[in-house]
Amino acid sequence: MSPASRPLSAIAKTIRSKNAGVDHITFDVIFPDRTSYDHVRASGALSPAAVCRVFGIARTRLTDHVEFDPAFAIKFTIARESGSGTLGDGDLFGSQHYAPLIDIQIPEPAGN
Amino acid sequence: MKTATLPNRGLRILCPNGHLGFAPSRRGSFDHGIEASPDIVACDSGSCDIGPVPLGMDGTASPLSWQRHDVEMMLLGARPRGLPVIIGSAGDTGTDSRVDRFVDLVQDIAREHKLPRFKLGYFYSEVSRETVRAKMAAGGTIAGLPGRADLTDAELDATDRIVAVAGVHPYIKLMDMGADVIIGGRSSDCAIFAAPAIRKGYPEALAYYFGKVMECASFCAEPYGGKESILGEITMDDVRVTAMLPEQRCTVASVAGHAMYERANPYYEHFVGGHIDMRDCVYEQLDERTTRVTGPRYVPATDLRVKLEGSGKVGERYVGLVGIRDPYTVQRVDEVIAWARRMVQERFGSEGYQLSYNVYGRDGVMGMLEPLRDKPGHELCVVVQAVAPTREMAEEICIMGTRQMFYARLPDVKGTAGGVAFLLDEVMPASPAYRWTLNHTMPIDDPMEPFRVHMTKAGV
Repeated sequence: MSPASRPLSAIAKTIRSKNAGVDHITFDVIFPDRTSYDHVRASGALSPAAVCRVFGIARTRLTDHVEFDPAFAIKFTIARESGSGTLGDGDLFGSQHYAPLIDIQIPEPAGN
Repeated sequence: MKTATLPNRGLRILCPNGHLGFAPSRRGSFDHGIEASPDIVACDSGSCDIGPVPLGMDGTASPLSWQRHDVEMMLLGARPRGLPVIIGSAGDTGTDSRVDRFVDLVQDIAREHKLPRFKLGYFYSEVSRETVRAKMAAGGTIAGLPGRADLTDAELDATDRIVAVAGVHPYIKLMDMGADVIIGGRSSDCAIFAAPAIRKGYPEALAYYFGKVMECASFCAEPYGGKESILGEITMDDVRVTAMLPEQRCTVASVAGHAMYERANPYYEHFVGGHIDMRDCVYEQLDERTTRVTGPRYVPATDLRVKLEGSGKVGERYVGLVGIRDPYTVQRVDEVIAWARRMVQERFGSEGYQLSYNVYGRDGVMGMLEPLRDKPGHELCVVVQAVAPTREMAEEICIMGTRQMFYARLPDVKGTAGGVAFLLDEVMPASPAYRWTLNHTMPIDDPMEPFRVHMTKAGV
């Protein structure tokens, strides 16, 4: 019996985060092909509302959310609470913030 | 600047590193790149990723020996073949002192290796507080980039050092003056590559895209592997980018994927004088290791603005480390921290210093954005940072904020001989704390206005 869902990490090729300037962290989820990209897009698991829920942030902190066809990628950007390197910032480069995306469950396509 | 452009081909630039000096460039792919007959060797050496401390202190995030390694590799690859070398955002921050340091490095290396004499151009990007204040006094708005308020006098007063981010203009100016090697102050990464292309007459849209795709070296290739060289070629019709490490390829996926890297939005790249719109870019695989890109558009700015980066000192800093293993205490770490804060407050009051606790094993990396904050691990490391006007005060607050965790009074704790574990019975001095005070744009009348170009010589 096939599982009803799989974690995003089993589907995406790349899941990463990084500073976009000093006031934002941007997230890239890149898929290996059109099929998996379209499937995750359609699932809504990485929709603007869904990613705000994952990080527990208000919709206003999500500054960009783009489905970028040339790279089969879903990309979104959040505003930092304060600039990178402000006292207490634990991720100067923003490079570990992607971790909560790894285990997001993506429902399997119907018929699989 | 002489560029040995052959007929029927475009301008080729070899880029060995996405941030020169931050980690040493890899040698093998650079040698392959030199054999592929580039016209120019170029890269950038700076980033605001390293946080506000190096800019504020006018320091650097990378060892001089690594910077020397990369500059030497580029010069020795390029100069015996008569190829120009361009390095932007010198020494991590692109401040005046970092430009001077790189100019010295180039002269040292040229002398040591008896490189034939060449013209060494450089420019400074630092902007004084007085310059910015005068702009504001004359009615110019120093506009905050998204998420930042416009600059106030108070925030400017809190700033220690400011750099303006150059576009292509100072590079083109220095090439016009005959520079063979250019050391740039703080610059847009893409300008370093776009400048020679624009000067040669290639379309601005392609030239800026060329810079955009080249600036992180092998980050636009796959499989993942930084610090390897890539070769880019711009023609009147397209941009082509090729991985120089035999194991890497520039694919449609890797090049398109890189268009997104480190930017809020994958479609736009802004610089002094305008932006490029990449919404209609077309990516094609040209051969196994080369991808071809067409279709970026150039949109000139309606008003001329330059980006400013500024850093201001918050105070002197000490750091303490605390371990917690008792599961009861792990669950009540916030109470332990509150106790230590209260002890500090009793002695120092609640203002005039800052005390910060990162709880690793719970939410030390992501803070309030951590979805698993309520599921701490079986042991925690708490990093305590104290920031105060003097080192003495910062040290004392840090000791108290760290050591008082040992004495926290939890109601039902079994261990009554000390509530936490110490790695060291001391606190450690760290760099002073700084913060980004400027991430703004300033109106200018001329794209060269904040930048000062100079020419000297190197070699024998």
